[in-house]
Amino acid sequence: MSTETAVLLTVRPQRPRIGKAGFLGIIGRIFAWSFLIGLAVIVIYPLLWMIFNGFKTNTELFGNPFALPQQWSWENYANAWNRGVSDFLTTSLLVTVVSTITTVLVSAWAAYGLTRVKIPFSAFWSGIILGGLMLAPAVALVPLVKMFQALGLYNTFWALMVLYTAFRIPFTTFLIRSYMIDLPMEVDEAAQIDGASRWKTFWRIILPMCKPILVSTVLLHVLFAWNEYLFAMVFTSSVGAQTLPVGLTSLMSKHGTDYPVVFAGMVIAAVPVVVLFLVCQRYFVKGLADGVGK
Amino acid sequence: MHSRIASLKGLLWLAPAILILIAFVYLPLVQNFGFATSEWDIYSGTQEFVGAKNFEKLLHDPIFWRSLGNNLLYAVMSIVFQVGAALVIAAMVESVRNARVRNSLRVIYFIPSAISITVSGLLFYFIYEPNIGMLNSALDFFGLGALAQPWLGQESTAMLGIIAMSQWQGFGYSALLFTVAIQRIPSELYEAAQIDGVGPFRRFFTITLPLVREMSGLMMIVTISGAFQVFNEVMVMTSGGPNNSTQVLGTWLYRNGFVRNDFGYAAAIAVVIFVLSLGIGLAQLWYTRKRRVEV
Repeated sequence: MSTETAVLLTVRPQRPRIGKAGFLGIIGRIFAWSFLIGLAVIVIYPLLWMIFNGFKTNTELFGNPFALPQQWSWENYANAWNRGVSDFLTTSLLVTVVSTITTVLVSAWAAYGLTRVKIPFSAFWSGIILGGLMLAPAVALVPLVKMFQALGLYNTFWALMVLYTAFRIPFTTFLIRSYMIDLPMEVDEAAQIDGASRWKTFWRIILPMCKPILVSTVLLHVLFAWNEYLFAMVFTSSVGAQTLPVGLTSLMSKHGTDYPVVFAGMVIAAVPVVVLFLVCQRYFVKGLADGVGK
Repeated sequence: MHSRIASLKGLLWLAPAILILIAFVYLPLVQNFGFATSEWDIYSGTQEFVGAKNFEKLLHDPIFWRSLGNNLLYAVMSIVFQVGAALVIAAMVESVRNARVRNSLRVIYFIPSAISITVSGLLFYFIYEPNIGMLNSALDFFGLGALAQPWLGQESTAMLGIIAMSQWQGFGYSALLFTVAIQRIPSELYEAAQIDGVGPFRRFFTITLPLVREMSGLMMIVTISGAFQVFNEVMVMTSGGPNNSTQVLGTWLYRNGFVRNDFGYAAAIAVVIFVLSLGIGLAQLWYTRKRRVEV
């Protein structure tokens, strides 16, 4: 399925041109190109500005906003790193990795159960799991805070791991399920005739066959967990428990006047996911399309 | 007998997901209704049943209505830009002939969606900032210096400033989804149109638009549902200020629950969000069902 998307994205025999020949057509093409290029500039320039500002001194920052930094020193980055960004980054990594594994595993089990095993009241169970798609996290916020305070997990990254897993199971299960449903049942039957248990069939056969959708769901979850703000902000308040998005805002309020350091912190937070996206573009497209398109 | 045990064993596959969801999603959801109908004494920690009092308070709270209005404005603007404009942009990018240029444009437009809303929110906070921000300087550069203003610092522009950031951040994502939908359209249709001398505008309205209708409908629902859950960008850029002019349901809930410790009232706002998101979710379900039947 992923190769199919790749083909779709690269090969396309004949494309309609922007505008047709003739005076009007030429004007139209000039207009269309200026629009597309202008839009690209509007997207890229603020990002470059952010990167440049991460290299400026505070005095330069309050000068001409379009000027390039006078010297490219990494001092702001080092400062940001030492003022908590290294901790935020570690927590973000930890929360992202752990919650990705738990979410994808639990969801893949559920998807397997829903598509390939006969279960009593299965429509009811799938309603419970997929119904979660309709619930906004804010709805459960107040009781969750009370619950985590009672559990002693408030202001720890454990809270985030649990919440990121719980609130993403419906979506992740939904994606994996819609992929598993298309795999032929004969595969399971053949495995069972060969004496493989369900457990073995799942790990050795079905899961490897779902690789394309697993890659998409992993990427989507990483993007989610790395960037999530509501839970991170409400449930954590100290360095060591805070992830990058919340850490950045606290960096901002603590060192409010030292803006270049904040810019450096923003760049550090943005780079990993942008790189991940550029490397896995193809799967992102696929994952996003599946997420909304089905 | 044997098969019943086997099928109960089957439940084990679902057990982790269901237990986690019940404990951390459904239980708090139900508890929230209890919270919404009670008043908390934060000093003694006791909870007292007050019936619909919190909901009555909602009706008479001008900031609640303002928040709801801001969410609506958010939804309308997002439909214009993330559904309307994004579709036009996707169609334009798809009609670029050079594959490399096409792909680069797509990737460039998507980059803001990969970085977090927090980073983009902070970035635009600085862009709008009157002292170091580049927006006022840019206006100055183009001779529009008279338009320079403290964008996030005044009621008249703050909400629009936040919404503009959010469009910048999200249009590439929607455009990418529309790209996928456009690529599913058989290219013969475009070729035939071209042979018949149909211009690009008519091609868009007679081929592209009708054939991505499904995706547009879904995108609209997803966009509306997102607009009612807005929290991050507002919190980062203005925290609801100045003078509560940029409050949305999410931030108003947060402020009441976690700044003012009025949990009952926060829970009542949460019920409103619940009803709205459930309604939108059911609309989506209805829409996909209908589509399946039609296809």
